[in-house]
Amino acid sequence: MKRVSLVVALALAAGLSTQAATAQTLKTVKDRGMLSCGVSQGLPGFSSPDDKGNWTGLDVDICRAVAAAIFNDPTKIKFVPLSAKDRFTALQSGEIDVLSRNTTWTLSRDTTLGANFTGVTYYDGQGFLVKKSLKVNSALELNSASVCVQTGTTTEQNLADYFKGNNMKYEVIAFGTADEAVKAYESGRCDVFTTDVSGLYAERLKLSNPADHAVLPEVISKEPLGPMVRHGDDQWFDIVKWVLFAMVAAEELGVTQKNVDDMAKSDKPELKRAFGTDGNLGEQLGLTKDWVSRIVKAVGNYGESFDRNVGAGSKLGIARGLNQLWNKGGIQYAPPIR
Amino acid sequence: MSIEPRSPPPQLAAKLQRAFGGRAGWGGFVLQILFVAALAWICYEIVANARANLQAQRITAGFGFLANTAGFDVSQNLIPYSGSDPYTRVFLVGLLNTLLVSIIGIFFATVIGFLVALGRLSPNWLLSRISGGYVELVRNLPPLFQILFWYLAVLAALPNPRQGISLFGSFFLSNRGFVIPKPIGNPGFEPFVLAIVIAVVGSLLLQRYARKQLFDHGRMIRIWPYVLGMLVGLPLLSSLVFGAPVKFEIPELKGFNFSGGSRVIPEFVALTLALSTYTAAFIAEIVRAGIQSVHKGQMEAGASLGLARGSTLRLIVVPQAMRVILPPLTNQYLNLTKNSSLAVAIGYPDLVSVFAGTTLSQTGQAIEIIGITMGVYLLISLVTSALMSFYGWRIGRSMNA
Repeated sequence: MKRVSLVVALALAAGLSTQAATAQTLKTVKDRGMLSCGVSQGLPGFSSPDDKGNWTGLDVDICRAVAAAIFNDPTKIKFVPLSAKDRFTALQSGEIDVLSRNTTWTLSRDTTLGANFTGVTYYDGQGFLVKKSLKVNSALELNSASVCVQTGTTTEQNLADYFKGNNMKYEVIAFGTADEAVKAYESGRCDVFTTDVSGLYAERLKLSNPADHAVLPEVISKEPLGPMVRHGDDQWFDIVKWVLFAMVAAEELGVTQKNVDDMAKSDKPELKRAFGTDGNLGEQLGLTKDWVSRIVKAVGNYGESFDRNVGAGSKLGIARGLNQLWNKGGIQYAPPIR
Repeated sequence: MSIEPRSPPPQLAAKLQRAFGGRAGWGGFVLQILFVAALAWICYEIVANARANLQAQRITAGFGFLANTAGFDVSQNLIPYSGSDPYTRVFLVGLLNTLLVSIIGIFFATVIGFLVALGRLSPNWLLSRISGGYVELVRNLPPLFQILFWYLAVLAALPNPRQGISLFGSFFLSNRGFVIPKPIGNPGFEPFVLAIVIAVVGSLLLQRYARKQLFDHGRMIRIWPYVLGMLVGLPLLSSLVFGAPVKFEIPELKGFNFSGGSRVIPEFVALTLALSTYTAAFIAEIVRAGIQSVHKGQMEAGASLGLARGSTLRLIVVPQAMRVILPPLTNQYLNLTKNSSLAVAIGYPDLVSVFAGTTLSQTGQAIEIIGITMGVYLLISLVTSALMSFYGWRIGRSMNA
C-alpha cells in the first residue's frame, strides 16, 4: 500500500502522468482498448472478486456500464484494487480513469483533490457493528468503548464528532485496511467496528459467525457514495455521469436486461430518444446512439444492479431505502434523457 | 638567530585542481561542474513540473493544510492531543510514537542480541544450540508476519476486559492492554527525586574514587554495598520525612474499558516485541562475528591472568570487538527504526499511520506529506548514525590511547 502511494506520488512529481488536465480521456481509453477502473480491495456487494477472479458489485457495475457504453463489451476493464488512502492519488496520477470505490462525496474532496464526483450510486450513512453478547442496543451506550476503523476514510472524523458531541469517551484503533480492522474487532481488541452501514453488512458476512454480530440502529452521518473522475475533462465527466443516469432512467422507464430488445423497438417518444432511434443523444456524449441499450444489456438497470449486488437478491439483503427511485419513496433521480 | 623555515609557495590552483578534478586535471573539474549543474537542473525540472501539473489539475498544493484541524483521534499520544488540534500536532504525536517504539525496540534488541550472541559462543552445548536455533528461525521470517503473529497471538491469548487478569486488584491484563496504576505527584515528590539524583551522583563519584584507587594503588574497593545503601536508603529517608512521593490512581472497570490508570496498548507491545526480537537475531550474529574477530589469545591471556570468563569478555574481548561490531550495529538500529513503519498493519499510531496515512487521505496532499515523512525518517536515521559514529570515535580514541 505504502509503496503504491509512494510510487504514484513520485510519478506525479516527476510529471510522468500521461494525463494532462485537458487530455481526452475517452480517446485515451479507446486507444488503450481498456477502461482502467479503481475499485476497493474487496467489499462484498460493491466491489469484490469472486473465486474465478471476476469482479462484481454495484461499484463494479458502474465501470462495466461505462465500458459497455464505449466498447459494447463490459469485460474490457482493468480493475485496480486500491486502499482507502491510495485511491485519490491513483486517480490524480492517471493510473485509473474512473474511481468507483464506495467514496463519500464531500466538499473538500470535490475541491482540493483535482477530481469531481459524477453522481451518487448509493446513499449511505455511518453505523456501528457490535457483538450481540455485549447487549448494547444503542450507539449512545458505547461510552468508553474501543473502536476499530479503517484509516483514510471520512469515518474517523465522523466518529470523533459523534463521540465528542455526545460527551462520550472512546479509544480509536485505526488500521491500514478494512480486513485488518475487522480481524482486530473479531479478536476482541475492539468492542465496535465502524464504517458505512452497507460496509458493515458486507464485512459482517466475512466474520466466522455473522449471526453473533448486530448493526446498531443509529446512522451518524450522511455518506453519499459515488464515482470520481479527474478535473478538467468535461466530456469524460459527462459520460460517467450520464451512464449512471441512464441506469436510473432505465429503471424508471421499466427497461430491464430481459426486455431491452423489445423496448428498443417501442414507439414511445421517451424510449425512442433513450434508445437512439430518434435523435443522436448518445453521439452528443461521444458515445454511440445505442448507448443505453448497451448499458442495460451489460449490467441491467439501476434497480437490477442494486438487487443483484446488495439488495434482496444478494447475500447482503439491504433494503432499497433512500436508494429507491424518487417516485417510489427514495431519492434516486435521473434528469431527463432528451 | 633563528632561521625561519621556508614555507612552500601557496598552490591554491593546484590544490583545487587536485581536489575536484582528480587525476583528470582541469578537464575532470569541468566535468564535475557540468554533472552538478545537470543534477540541479533535473531537480528543478521535477519540482517545476510537479507544480505545473498540480496547478493544471487543480490539486491543492503547499503546506497550508498543516494548520487545519485534524478532527480525528489517536489511540496513543505521549503529548496531550485531541481531535480539535491541527495536523502539526498529529505529526508530532506520530513522530513521538515512532521514536518511542524505535528507542525501546533498539534497547531490547541490543540486550537480547548480546545475550543470544554470548549464548551462541558459550561452551554449553544446549545453550549454544538454542541460541543458534533462535537466530536461524527469527531472521528468516519476514518482519511483517512476525508483527502480525505477535499481535494476533498476544490478542488471542488475552481475555476481554470484563474477565481481565487482575494482579493485586490494581494491575489488569486484558486484550485492551496492560493497565497499571498511574502515579500522581504528591508534595513529597520533589525531595524524592532530589534524593535519587543525589544517590546517583554519589554512586558515580564513589565509582570514580574506587577506579582511581585501583589504578593508582592497586587496591580493590568493594563499593556495591554503599551504592545500594545510597540508592535505596536516601529515597526511603526522603519519603519517611516528606511523606509518600506519589499516590496511585487505581484503574477500575467502567463500562467497556478501564478508566483511570495508565495503559500500555497491545499494538505497542506486539510491535516492540516483534521488532526487537527480529533485529536481535541480526545483532546476535554481528556481535558473534565481532567477538570471534578478537584473537583467541586475548581470551587465553585473560584466563591466565586469573580473570573469570565473564570478566574477560567484559573487560578485554568486548571492548576490542566493539570496533568491528559498531558499523553493522548502526545498520540494524536504522533498520529497526524504518521497520517500525510496518506498524500500520496492526493499528499502532506511528508516523506513517497517522500522518502518511490518515492525514494524507484527508487532505489528499500526497507529495507534501510523503516528502515530509521521508525527510523525517532520513533525519532520524542520520541522527542515529551520527550518534553511533561519535561512540565509535570515542572507542577508537580509547583504543589508540
